[in-house]
Amino acid sequence: MSSIVIQLLNGLASASALFLVAAGLSLIFGVTRIVNFAHGSLYMLGIYCAYSLIGAFGVTAWSFWGGIVAAALAVGVFAALVEIALLRRIYRVPELFQLLATFALTLVVKDLALWFWGAEDLLGPRAPGLRGSVEILGSPFPEYDLVLIAIGPLLMGALWLLLNRTRWGTLVRAATQDRDMVAALGINQAWLFTAVFALGAALAALGGALEIPRQPAQLSLDIAAISDAFVVVVVGGMGSIPGAFLAALLIGEIKALCVAAGLSKLTLVVEFIVMAIVLVLRPQGLLGKPWETLRSAGSDVEALRPYGRASSAEAIVAVLILAALPLATTGYTLVLAIDIFVFALFAASLHFILGPGGMVSFGHAAYLGLGAYGAGLLLVKAGWPMEAALFAAPLAAAAGAALFGWFCVRLSGVYLAMLTLAFAQIAWSVAYQWDSVTGGSNGLVGVWPAGWLFSRTALYLLTLALCAGAIWLMRRALSAPFGYALRAGRDSPLRADAIGIDVRHVQWVAFTAAGAAAGLAGGLYAFSKGSISPDSTMAISRSVDALVMVLLGGVQTLSGPVIGAAAFTWLQDEIARNTDYWRACLGGTILAVVLLFPRGIAGALQARFGSKEDAA
Amino acid sequence: MMKAGREAFVSGVVLAVASALAQPAAAQEPIKLGELNSYKAFASFLEPYRKGWELALEEVNAAGGALGRRIEIVSRDDNGNPGDAVRVAEELLTREKVAFIMGTFPSNVGLAVADFAKQRKVLFLASEPLTDKIVWDNGNRYTFRLNASTYMQTAMLVPDAARLKKKRWAIVYPNYEYGQSATRAFKELLKKAQPDVEFVAEQATPLGKIDAGAVVQALADAKPDAIFSSLFAGDLARFVREGNTRGLFKGREVFNLLAGWPEYLDPMKDEAPEGWYVTGYPWYGITTTEHRRFLEAYQMRWNDYPRAGSVVGYATVIAAAAAIRKAGSLDSEKLVEAMKGLKVDTPFGGIVFRALDHQSTMGSYVGRTGVKDAKGVMRSWKYADGAEYLPLDAEVRKLRPAE
Repeated sequence: MSSIVIQLLNGLASASALFLVAAGLSLIFGVTRIVNFAHGSLYMLGIYCAYSLIGAFGVTAWSFWGGIVAAALAVGVFAALVEIALLRRIYRVPELFQLLATFALTLVVKDLALWFWGAEDLLGPRAPGLRGSVEILGSPFPEYDLVLIAIGPLLMGALWLLLNRTRWGTLVRAATQDRDMVAALGINQAWLFTAVFALGAALAALGGALEIPRQPAQLSLDIAAISDAFVVVVVGGMGSIPGAFLAALLIGEIKALCVAAGLSKLTLVVEFIVMAIVLVLRPQGLLGKPWETLRSAGSDVEALRPYGRASSAEAIVAVLILAALPLATTGYTLVLAIDIFVFALFAASLHFILGPGGMVSFGHAAYLGLGAYGAGLLLVKAGWPMEAALFAAPLAAAAGAALFGWFCVRLSGVYLAMLTLAFAQIAWSVAYQWDSVTGGSNGLVGVWPAGWLFSRTALYLLTLALCAGAIWLMRRALSAPFGYALRAGRDSPLRADAIGIDVRHVQWVAFTAAGAAAGLAGGLYAFSKGSISPDSTMAISRSVDALVMVLLGGVQTLSGPVIGAAAFTWLQDEIARNTDYWRACLGGTILAVVLLFPRGIAGALQARFGSKEDAA
Repeated sequence: MMKAGREAFVSGVVLAVASALAQPAAAQEPIKLGELNSYKAFASFLEPYRKGWELALEEVNAAGGALGRRIEIVSRDDNGNPGDAVRVAEELLTREKVAFIMGTFPSNVGLAVADFAKQRKVLFLASEPLTDKIVWDNGNRYTFRLNASTYMQTAMLVPDAARLKKKRWAIVYPNYEYGQSATRAFKELLKKAQPDVEFVAEQATPLGKIDAGAVVQALADAKPDAIFSSLFAGDLARFVREGNTRGLFKGREVFNLLAGWPEYLDPMKDEAPEGWYVTGYPWYGITTTEHRRFLEAYQMRWNDYPRAGSVVGYATVIAAAAAIRKAGSLDSEKLVEAMKGLKVDTPFGGIVFRALDHQSTMGSYVGRTGVKDAKGVMRSWKYADGAEYLPLDAEVRKLRPAE
């Protein structure tokens, strides 16, 4: 019994930092609608800054607590500068594009931290005066953890007072409800946004800095923190601070109890299971209110016109030129091109539901992975011929997408996105832990294509044919009545419903079809690499890559994802080869694209050369 | 005038002879080797690793390279991702035309590149991935591995573990291949040495995200006599700090793979654990000639002390050069034959790449941790020769697929 009590206290202590990070994320999203992917980086910067600031003055109680507060303030100021210099310029561009900017920011911050603090983990000092432990029910319990347990509710109270008892808080809440109305009433939105972004960032950094006696500063913290924070925000309900607190407690406690009950393997994924259950049963999160849609949503989107003859001809010529490429070279260019085709199909399949369907997926890699594993397992374990295994890849992924999609299409917006992420993480953890079948974290090797595809040219041509064919099919579907129904469901669900479109059904079919296309990409990916592992196919980073490709190319054109995939893959390959700090260079390049072409590369081309036929 | 003329003549001859001697090396293209690693994803190990191989490369070239040609290494970041790694390897082979490839850190990347090497019939010298599978279950003709594997490092700790005759053991490990293999090997080997042993608790923690407080409490609740851990890096530091605060280690023996590596021991500073049995690298104490020479050269070149990664990087390039010299050619098949039974002098002493399973006999240092001058150190350590901690040849043959 006493050990259960101690584990509950452990859960409370972990929940505090989690709450602070999530509260910051929730605030920022509520007001600015920015899905702040860089929030984990701000958390990481908080730990690093606290480490340096405390170290600079020698460890005393003053420098310790002062350093923590100063770290939070410093990161807040940094975030304000980022907001003014970068994000402020792109509030008016289509939703989600800010995600691309904040993703680029994570790349830059990570290399900046590597350059400034070095690669080695930095273990911070213990809190002066709170180094020891106290006896609770016969077990020693760290004093500092008791302080953390107290800090969580205290800061929640302070935030509540700030938001509910001050004029500034009233403005923030008003902007969360209806930012256009706040602007109409003469409030300077720009500074409100800056202040909220800085406050959210400072909270994330504070959450990080407070962990300094418990967590060494290391460069992998950003990704670890961001997925946890998203989960807490969504489980609690977007924009709800008490909800975030409750969710942090729930997840902290469940994890501690899993460890106590000898189910430690479950901690890899338990928060995502919790999130999936909550979203399925209570789509707006524990304490969230049903979400108001933004008035400006969709207004920026141009109507799609049927595919013109000119752009069809352009596409055919492009494919023919690509098909002739092996005549010019059989070298590395083909290898890179195979990767580009695979990712172009992958990105196009995401765009299929994201653009015309209006369903953002943060977990699209699940279907790439299901396709890859479907094909790989049938080839390696069941001894199927390669051609049959490749044929099965889209079917395996479609089956998974049909199952997951059935739940996802019942939600919308960020909730839908987070449910896709939850399912993707659950699929990833199954592949990661089911050693006897999937090969666990190592994955499967020996997934090579059949003999006639050993030649690079043959594999290249097959990949080109299948990817181009699948992309063409998707484009056909979008200009067929099905595509119109899909867009109707996105732009006006009520009216679509009124004219007899079963919106959910159409979305579900689209989700499944996109899954199948991603699965084909996954099958091709597996055979072009000869091996698959959970991290190379199903990890969050793959899903993020796909989103980045779509956004980089431009959400509102059909050619966007293809161009985005080509640009991203080529850039990464080229930059990584030529510089050590390639992540920062890649991030900087993406930031430049974001600022110069806020509609993506294809969007900019289209605006410049005026062909409107392509718009989706 | 005459004198000046003669001098000019002599110096002219000297120049001509010198350039004639230099001709073969200068006229020929350097030998290009490919190196790929997850430099950004695992920077704390791989930055010293890079310094190690750069030093070795300079030394090899100063000594004339191999086959009368300079060696050049084309190094790439594989992003810690097996899929990217295969593309990078392909790029090294196709565009850079390297003679063979080496490197990699995480197990899944190592295995993917090993299978790629088998497919392309090109030598792959896996420097660091510790997975046993790369030479056993998934071993292939073209892949050789340098560092002591998970199994070997675990086996090095088992004699001490068995000697203590502790009955109740608790285990904690990072939940991926390395931790799982270490745990499996430890349980198997200890059970063999001490049949009455009981494993009372097992905690598999997500890599890089250990919930240290809860894990420490759960281990303490199991009331073990001893603990076996394969945690490393940030997870290890968190585990040590929580364990110290909560008194987990009081009166208990703790064994931890790799915890003596400076990469993982040094960040803990004066909080490094006392009296743990670990494998590691006590660079400050090794007095063999080979190591002293390496240490001096390394400190002179980088103005920093070496980590375990430095030795691995250094030995990788030394081994690569030795293989080329022995093969006398850059032909893949000849290189593979040369690698079998290749003897290499490393800072840890001589090692052999076994023809049996392509595993090198590079060992590790085994000892107990302590704190000296507010820094973690290894005490009363000894070198464990890798050759002595491998299974019997017959067992290895059973594990490894036929060529």
